[in-house]
Amino acid sequence: MLSRVADSLYWMSRYLERAEHTTRLLDVNLNLMLDESSSGADHRWQRMVAALGRPAGEAWDDDDPYKLSHSLTFDITNRISVLSCIIAARENARHVREQISTEMWHRLNSLYLAVTRPEMHSDMHAEALLNGAQEPGEFLQSVMEAVHQFQGVTDSTMSHGEGWHFIQVGRYIERASATAMLLEAYHHDLWKHPERIPEGNEYLEYMGLLRSATAFEAYCKVYTADLTPERILEFLLLDENFPHSLRFSIESLVSALDAIQRESGKSRTENLTRLAGRLQAGLRYSSVEEILRGDVVGYLQDILRECRDIHSAIYELYIDYSIQTALAG
Amino acid sequence: MGTLQTSQFKMTALQNYLLDNAYDEMFASPEALHPHYQLLLNHFTSLPHAELQRRKQAADLSFLNQGITFTVYGREEGTERIFPYDLLPRVITAQEWATVERGLTQRITALNLFLRDIYHEGRILADGIVPREVVYSCKQFRRQMVGLQVPRNIYIAVTGTDLIRLENGEFVVLEDNLRVPSGVSYMLTNRRVMKRIFPQLFRSYNVRPIEQYTQLLLGTLRSLAPEGRPEPNIVLLTPGVFNSAYYEHAYLARQMGIELVEGRDLVTHDNVVYMRTTSGLRRVDVIYRRVDDDFIDPLAFRGDSILGVAGLFNAYRAGNVTLANAFGTGVADDKALYAYVPDIIKYYLSEEPVLKNVETFLCAREKDRKHVLANLDKFVVKAVGESGGYGMLVGPQSTAAQREEFARRIEADPRNYIGQPTISFSRAPCMFDDQLEPRHVDLRPYVLYGDKVSIVPGGLTRVALRKGSLVVNSSQGGGSKDTWVLS
Repeated sequence: MLSRVADSLYWMSRYLERAEHTTRLLDVNLNLMLDESSSGADHRWQRMVAALGRPAGEAWDDDDPYKLSHSLTFDITNRISVLSCIIAARENARHVREQISTEMWHRLNSLYLAVTRPEMHSDMHAEALLNGAQEPGEFLQSVMEAVHQFQGVTDSTMSHGEGWHFIQVGRYIERASATAMLLEAYHHDLWKHPERIPEGNEYLEYMGLLRSATAFEAYCKVYTADLTPERILEFLLLDENFPHSLRFSIESLVSALDAIQRESGKSRTENLTRLAGRLQAGLRYSSVEEILRGDVVGYLQDILRECRDIHSAIYELYIDYSIQTALAG
Repeated sequence: MGTLQTSQFKMTALQNYLLDNAYDEMFASPEALHPHYQLLLNHFTSLPHAELQRRKQAADLSFLNQGITFTVYGREEGTERIFPYDLLPRVITAQEWATVERGLTQRITALNLFLRDIYHEGRILADGIVPREVVYSCKQFRRQMVGLQVPRNIYIAVTGTDLIRLENGEFVVLEDNLRVPSGVSYMLTNRRVMKRIFPQLFRSYNVRPIEQYTQLLLGTLRSLAPEGRPEPNIVLLTPGVFNSAYYEHAYLARQMGIELVEGRDLVTHDNVVYMRTTSGLRRVDVIYRRVDDDFIDPLAFRGDSILGVAGLFNAYRAGNVTLANAFGTGVADDKALYAYVPDIIKYYLSEEPVLKNVETFLCAREKDRKHVLANLDKFVVKAVGESGGYGMLVGPQSTAAQREEFARRIEADPRNYIGQPTISFSRAPCMFDDQLEPRHVDLRPYVLYGDKVSIVPGGLTRVALRKGSLVVNSSQGGGSKDTWVLS
C-alpha cells in the first residue's frame, strides 16, 4: 500500500478519535456544571483544558464555560476544536476516497456536512450559547454518535487488511494518549482525600472522570459503584477488557502493528517492535500497587512519551523513511 | 428550414423542436426521420411523462452516488458539481462510424510520425511542408525531447479527438487533444447508467460495447513498458484531489487495478523511479500521467511545481520509465499547427485525409489576420495554447466590448490566435421535462496507440445544454450524453 494512503488513513482515524474525545469531555463537564456550585467551576474547566493537552491559545482565564465550549467545538482557528478535527478527518478521507468503503465515506461526509452547515454556527453561536439558553448537549451527542457509527461501518464494510489496521493504529494511539492525559489531569484531585469514601461533589468528580472515558458503567460492573482512586486508576490503566483502558488500547495497537508487519513483509521492524512491546508488557504485567509506590504522574508522562516514540517509529518505518535506507534494505 | 408543425411529426413532445440550417441528428427533413432514430423517438414518446421523470431521477441518483463530479475553476472554493447529462442517446450508424474510425486511425498515425520527425530528423521542416517557426514558436515544443528515443516510437498513446458534423452531416475534426485528454470516465459511466435505465431500448438497438476500454488502455500502457521489464509496474499519476478530473483518475486506476499516485508518492534514485509503499520502495515502469508537461518535473520544467517528481525527466531520458503520453506532444495539437494537419497526413502517409479540418485562419499570417479582424462578429477566435473552452471568442454571440478586447489581444500576440468561421455544428435531440429540443453536440472518440491503434466504438458526446450555445465544455455549461454506435 502507498505510504501516503497509510498516512491519510492513520490521521483520518486519529482526528475522529480526537473529535470524539473532546466532544465527550465537553459533554461531561457541561453536565457536571449543572449539579455543582460555581465555586469549583474554575478548577474543573482548567482541568479539562489540561486533559486536552493544554492546546495552544486555549486557556481558562475567565469564568465563561460556554465561550470555552464554543471555542473548543466550533473555532476552526483552533486546531483541536471538534470542527477542525472533523474537517481534517474528512480531508484525509477525501484523499483516499478510493481506499475506503462508500459507506464510510457517506457516514463521514454527512457528519462533515452537518457540522459545517452555516446555520449550525449561528445556532450554536453567540446569544443562545452565552445566555445558556441552549444546551450544546444535543449537538455533542450527535457528533459522538456519528463517530461511533463511522467506526462500526468501518469494521463491517472495509476489508480488514493493511489499511484497516492503519486505521486501528491511529485510533488506539490517540486513545491511549488521551486516556493518559486525562488521568494526569485528574491525578491531583483523585488523591486529595484518599483515606475516605468520596461523597457529594467529590463523588460526582470521580464519576465525571470515568464518564470522560465512557468507563462508568463498565467500572461498576467490575467494582460496583464504590469509587476509589486506586480502583479508578487500576481500571483505566490496567483493565484487560475495557476498550478505553490504556492496556486495552496498547494491546490493540500492538496487534494492529503485528498485522501490518506481516502484510507489508517489512523487515527491520526491531525498533518499533521493541517500543510497542515494552509498553505493552509494562501495562500487562504491572499491578496498581507498584505504580502507586512510584511517581504516578511521571509514569503517565512516560507513557505519553512512549506513544510519541511509537508514532515516530511507525513513520520512520512505513511512511517517511529515507530513500537511502529503503534502497539498502 | 422548416418546422415540424406542418409535418407528420406533430406531437406535443416535439412542439419546441425547431430545425435550422444545422445538421439534425434525428430529422433528415421536417418530413422524415433518419431511420436509426425511429425506435428511439417511438420509445421516448410512448413513455408516460411520470415514467420518464422517474427514470431521470434514477439516473440522477446513480450519478450522484458514484460521485461523478467535476470542479469548476475560477470560483471561490473550486465548486464540485455533477456532470450534467441528457437521457437521450446519440445514435451513430455502423457506416458513419467506419469512416470516423478510419479517419482517426489515419490522423493519429500521421501525427505520431510527425512528432517522431520533428524531435529527430525534422524532414517535414526541411521539406518546407510545415514552417519551422510554427513548430519552434510553440510553447509546447520541448527541446529536451530532441533526439530522445521513446518506446516503440509512440508519443501519443492516449488521445481524444473532437469531431463535429457540418451542415451536410460530414464529420470533421475540430481539435486534436494529444496531451492529457479527459472525459473517458463519463463515456463509460453514461453507458452504465443508460443500460440500467433503458435496458429494453438498448437491447433493441444492437449497440457495440465500449466496456473494454480500460482493459485496452492497460494493454496499451503495458506494450510501452521499457525493455526488459516483462511484468511492468504501471501507475496513474494524478495532480491530486483538487484537480477537476480527479474522479476520472481514481475511476480509471480502479478499473485497471493499478495504483493511483501523486507526485509526492514517487521518488527517483539513479535515474530509476520508485513509489513509496509501506513495504518499501517499489520500482515504477510505466506512468500514465494526467499531469501536464509543465508540472511534471520541477527540475526539468517549472521549478515552482509541487505536483511533479524531481528527476523524473532524467529517468525518462535514461529509458528506465515510460511516460504516456510522452513529453512535448502538445506541439502537435497546437491550434496553429492544426491548419497543417491535412498536409502532414499527405506527407507521411501519401493519402488524402479521410476526416477534413475546419477551415482555419492563422493570425500570424498577415492576410489571415486581416480577414479575421474584419469578420470578428462571424468568427470563433481561439487562443492556441488554451483548452477547455477558456480564452475563446464566439463572434456571433459576443458583445462589441469583447470583440474589441480580442482585437487588441490578437494585434498584441498574433501567433497566439486562430480564427475559424462559426460553424453551426450538428444538433441532437435532448430532453427538457416532457419536451424534446435540439442542442448542438460534438463527439470525442478516444484513441489508444500502443502496439496498434484501437478505438472503442463511440466516445463522449458533449452537448451545449444552453439553448443556442455552441460551447460544449463542461466548465462552460456543457453536458454529455451516451453515444451508441450500431453494429
